[in-house]
Amino acid sequence: MPHIALPPDLPGIRGAMAFRPETARPLNALVEVLLTGPSTLTRGERELIATYVSSRNCTHYCHSIHGMIAAAHLGGDEALVKQVKTDFTQAAISSKLKALLVIAGKVQQDGKLVTAADVEAARAQGATDLEIHDTVLIAAAFCMYNRYVDGLGTDQPDDEALYRERGRRVARDGYVVVSEEYLGQAVHSS
Amino acid sequence: MPHINLPEGFPGISAGFMFRPETAKPMRELAHVLLHEPNSLTAAERELIATYVSSRNDCHFCQSSHGAAAACHLGDASVVEQVKTNFLAASVSDKLKALLVIAGKVQQDGKLVTGADVETARRQGATDIEIHDTVLIAAAFSMYNRYVDGLGTWQPRDPEMYAQMGKHLAEEGYRAPSIKQPVGAG
Repeated sequence: MPHIALPPDLPGIRGAMAFRPETARPLNALVEVLLTGPSTLTRGERELIATYVSSRNCTHYCHSIHGMIAAAHLGGDEALVKQVKTDFTQAAISSKLKALLVIAGKVQQDGKLVTAADVEAARAQGATDLEIHDTVLIAAAFCMYNRYVDGLGTDQPDDEALYRERGRRVARDGYVVVSEEYLGQAVHSS
Repeated sequence: MPHINLPEGFPGISAGFMFRPETAKPMRELAHVLLHEPNSLTAAERELIATYVSSRNDCHFCQSSHGAAAACHLGDASVVEQVKTNFLAASVSDKLKALLVIAGKVQQDGKLVTGADVETARRQGATDIEIHDTVLIAAAFSMYNRYVDGLGTWQPRDPEMYAQMGKHLAEEGYRAPSIKQPVGAG
């Protein structure tokens, strides 16, 4: 049960966002720029970084939904997503993404753990400054979203099909559009 | 030295914000709503939560700038030091102490927050929205701190720079940059 009176029937971050639309808007705007905006990293790659960090933080709602969004961008390859969560070094992803996941994994623990050698290794695989910046910020931002979802004790369903269905919609429509349904709801009910 | 080619002379998060204005905008807006807009928690109380989390994450830039903002609101820097060292002994309300317990748990892992922690805060008068905002401030600073440290930003040690920043943050909030010109590396 959530720690505070969140609107019912809205699992994970959705209930929290409906509770406080004023903070929901910048939270959605940030994830929209980072994960769907123009970038030389594919949307699949960026969702995999978000999924990996959420998985390391053991936030079931976030790693499930972003894993399904990643899979939707990757031709439905849920096995690849599971491999990234379990051991990305063995996953069928580029060496550049592997080097960026090393950086993301360090940021997930503590930003100060990132070394110049980590950054150099990513550059050697072709990563640009902007890609390194966005990797650091995606990892940092998911340390926020994960703590927000867990810290309020939100409802985090087990049903995989629910995440699969919603993952396809978010992959297609983006975060801001999909959020309008519950942010609108919050405005009407208050 | 920063890990990527950030603009020179811009300390901490201001360099990240200059480098990537598209992400700076929602990050500034979030801080403004959480820390500066009207709230039943005072701006000082919210800055103390931000300072406490940043201190536990050992992020020099964030704990110094938000500590300076809190001191500016309070007209007293000693409370800020007490909160960082041992908030249980600090001259702050029992409600804020209960909220700092929750913030400290979120800083580690949101799953550590218990029904009993929340009940304690409620007994001291905390509302649902105050508990929500405490959780989100602590979560957000778990982001800002990692962003500032993970890029290897320049984090000056000069207290005077932070005092000026803190004054700007306390008076103007977070929508407009508090650092508009490169700062001398002194």
